[in-house]
Amino acid sequence: MVEVSQEATPTPEPDDRELVQFNKATMRFGQRTLWDSLTLSVIRGEFLAVLGPNGMGKTTLLRVMLGLQPLSSGAVEVENEAPRHGNPRIGYVPQQRRSDSLASIRGRDLVRFGCDGHRAGLPFFNRDVRRRVDGAIREVGAESFANAPIGTLSGGEQQRLRIAQALVSDPRILLLDEPLLSLDLPGQSQVASLIDRRCRTTGTAAVFVTHEINPILPYVDKVLYLVGGRWAAGSTEDVFTSERLSDLYGIPVEVARVGNRIMVVTAEEGVPYDLMDDEKCRLLSEIESKAHGHR
Amino acid sequence: MGIGSSLQQPFAQHALLASTIVALTCGLMGPFVIMRRMSFAVHGMSELAFTGAAAGLLIAGNALAGALCGSLVVAGLIGLLGERESERDASIGVILAGGLGLGVLLLSFYRGFATAATNILFGDIFGVSSTQLLMLLVIGIAVVALVGSIYRPLFFASADPEVAAARGVPEGLLSIVFLLVLALTVTEAAQIVGTLLVLSLVIAPAAAARRLATSPLAIALLSLFIALVAADGGLLASLQFGNIKPTVFVTGISFFVYIAARIFGPSLMKRKNRSLNFERTVTS
Repeated sequence: MVEVSQEATPTPEPDDRELVQFNKATMRFGQRTLWDSLTLSVIRGEFLAVLGPNGMGKTTLLRVMLGLQPLSSGAVEVENEAPRHGNPRIGYVPQQRRSDSLASIRGRDLVRFGCDGHRAGLPFFNRDVRRRVDGAIREVGAESFANAPIGTLSGGEQQRLRIAQALVSDPRILLLDEPLLSLDLPGQSQVASLIDRRCRTTGTAAVFVTHEINPILPYVDKVLYLVGGRWAAGSTEDVFTSERLSDLYGIPVEVARVGNRIMVVTAEEGVPYDLMDDEKCRLLSEIESKAHGHR
Repeated sequence: MGIGSSLQQPFAQHALLASTIVALTCGLMGPFVIMRRMSFAVHGMSELAFTGAAAGLLIAGNALAGALCGSLVVAGLIGLLGERESERDASIGVILAGGLGLGVLLLSFYRGFATAATNILFGDIFGVSSTQLLMLLVIGIAVVALVGSIYRPLFFASADPEVAAARGVPEGLLSIVFLLVLALTVTEAAQIVGTLLVLSLVIAPAAAARRLATSPLAIALLSLFIALVAADGGLLASLQFGNIKPTVFVTGISFFVYIAARIFGPSLMKRKNRSLNFERTVTS
């Protein structure tokens, strides 16, 4: 068979093809602006970290790309089309929750959902489906526990199966919502390097929502930092500067590099502490509301 | 009268056929009801099937058609009022109480046989006529066909709603269809065990099955099997011990199977997990 699309230039797909484009995208909930005039693109094979404290619209950003939520204004395109509900080219790993309904099913069943769970009819045995499910399980190294009920697995094991579920439809774009939450350090680095390998080898783009940069620092190509309606995007070197983050938070903060870790420190409340430390998220939102008051 | 001679009689054959149809629909629906946490909705529907049946008796002398209308109305109300899961239980409680009161009122106008009322509440499997049997069969086929056509997305949306929504599974439509099918199932089960005891055929077999198996297929088959054992076994036991209603045996069997599953399930699962863990240490 011969390709008939002659109107396009005959050059092969460029490597920097844009998979997602946000153009002056704004999201509001009532009076509150989550992000304003966000302009950003995600290219093939890119590892994008979406950072920021809780409640700043990181999950909402993913829901927009999934076509589950419309923008307040501006535009977003996924593979040059408006986001659509149930796009098989997007793999989605939701934030991990303890769930009774999932606890009793097997990892293998969870992965299969991502393959043909949305199709009507009965889940008969299918050799092709079986092959794809096995392939995804192998890709995340979950062969040894894929037949156990999910409730008996560790957080890291569950997360690897979640990623297999997202990969089984062979997506171009992978959306991950806090995939490192409640994982121990080895689990964190396993998941992060797994995503990185996928990006490098198949050109899948990953949008990785997290509130901590350090576990993924070696892999990140670009960061998007969301704080209270404002945003900053660029390479980690560009975004993680004292000047830029002070501007973003609206309070003086300092970026320190300790070994191969980044710390974002503020002394605003008297005692210096790391803004990227998850236990301090609560305090952060208090500062945030003060900063808003001063403007 | 023993089982052997009873089974020669048409009434017993009708009853056995009816209980088999009912057991299959209930066993099929049970795992979904539990996964979607809708046990209380089932109870609400069955209570209101009573109101419908009372109305049916009063207006047309047909309890089954009335029960069907009753549970369909409740399915619609639950769909409308209980859209949010947090509100569902409360709204079902309100609908249930109001509807049951109405049923008592309707029954007080009914001048027919007094046993008709208790038959609605506690079941009347031996009274199944051939037209009723045909109706049960048609409803049963409708349930199997509907559930069969949405089985995979329904399972996905019930177990993993967030990813299902992202993959474009129409949860709203599915839950409407599910409520409709549930109403049909409840009406069927009420014929065997009565509206008060529908849970013994819809919930207990699936709840026991979930204690004994992990794969979705095994749970589905086990749920069907336990429902069949309870319904048909209860019926046959009642034929053997003539003066006790089959309802007693049906509820008894499903209750004790569930208790046994609670007692022996954990050690069964542990053994299975141990062999999986063994596999794990070997492969890793």
